[in-house]
Amino acid sequence: MARAIVTVPPSARRGEIIEIRTLLAHPMESGFRSDAEGRTVPRDIVRRFTCTHDGEPIFAAEFFPSIAANPYLSFPTVATASGTLVFTWEGDNGFVHTESVALVVT
Amino acid sequence: MNRRALAAGLLLAAAAVGAAAQVDARRSGFEFMGPATQALQRDDTQNPAMLAVRDGEAAWSRADGEARRACADCHGDAATSMRGVAPRYPAFDAALGEPVTLGQRIEQCRVSQQRAAPRSTEAAPALALEAWVALASRGLPIAPDDDPRLAPFRDRGRRLFEQRLGQLDLSCAMCHERHAGGRLGGSPIPQAHPTGYPLYRLEWQALGSLQRRLRGCLAGVRAEPFGFGSRELVDLELHLMERARGLPLETPAVRP
Repeated sequence: MARAIVTVPPSARRGEIIEIRTLLAHPMESGFRSDAEGRTVPRDIVRRFTCTHDGEPIFAAEFFPSIAANPYLSFPTVATASGTLVFTWEGDNGFVHTESVALVVT
Repeated sequence: MNRRALAAGLLLAAAAVGAAAQVDARRSGFEFMGPATQALQRDDTQNPAMLAVRDGEAAWSRADGEARRACADCHGDAATSMRGVAPRYPAFDAALGEPVTLGQRIEQCRVSQQRAAPRSTEAAPALALEAWVALASRGLPIAPDDDPRLAPFRDRGRRLFEQRLGQLDLSCAMCHERHAGGRLGGSPIPQAHPTGYPLYRLEWQALGSLQRRLRGCLAGVRAEPFGFGSRELVDLELHLMERARGLPLETPAVRP
């Protein structure tokens, strides 16, 4: 039940700097905590985030333990051309979540 | 000294005190937070509670239970049909003869109308649905149910609020009324107005209910926490909502 909220401006002028915001629902279990029985809770984190614009990477980030649950990322980019922004989160236990948003550049 | 001038001065001073008493000194917990946490709550694109709210929105129009009926089939658009609902709860339930919280009311509806399997009001999907229902009332003033039959319950809640509890022998009022605005360790002590529940607490890293928060406070004074849905917690909720009457609802709020 992976969910994400991605916020991209509805439209942008060519050459304009736009802010992209992403919020992902993920427990980001650090692997350092123990449960009520004293067993270590296995690590379950997002390892890598990438954003591509028509297949070309424009932003990427690596995640580590001790980042809070439901990680939020915002980054600026220059709007060059209309296209599809694809956001991908990859993590432990084969976690993959993808969102696509159309970017309209006028 | 002119006695008449003195009397006039005293009158003016009394009037000033009267005017000061009119000013509402109640503050939402929002105002006790740091600017970074406030920014999280202000902006829905950053507010992590919105992830759960979106879940609740989906659940609202999804057929569920043996009746294969969705909330939306009877209640329509939550933004209009549920507007003004959350600020009223806990409300009096005539059939049960006692107050029920919004979470309990939703659960009743699920079990009786959707014929769905009962679940805890603290389960993540239950809180998500409750937050979605409460979102329809965001910004509306808290307006508790005026049913006179609630009075004895509310009164019990107030007495509980003022009663010393636990090994630390502290009442809710000692911190949240007498020492509100002060600090406990490094953390500011808010006035305990339940303006944003269910809310995302950074400490929980999840959405949680007012009852969960109350239980946390009870454990903090080293008292045995009342159970979820217990008479005591519902009565306390009633009193707290009455104390916060008129403050705007902030659901889904963010708290540290």
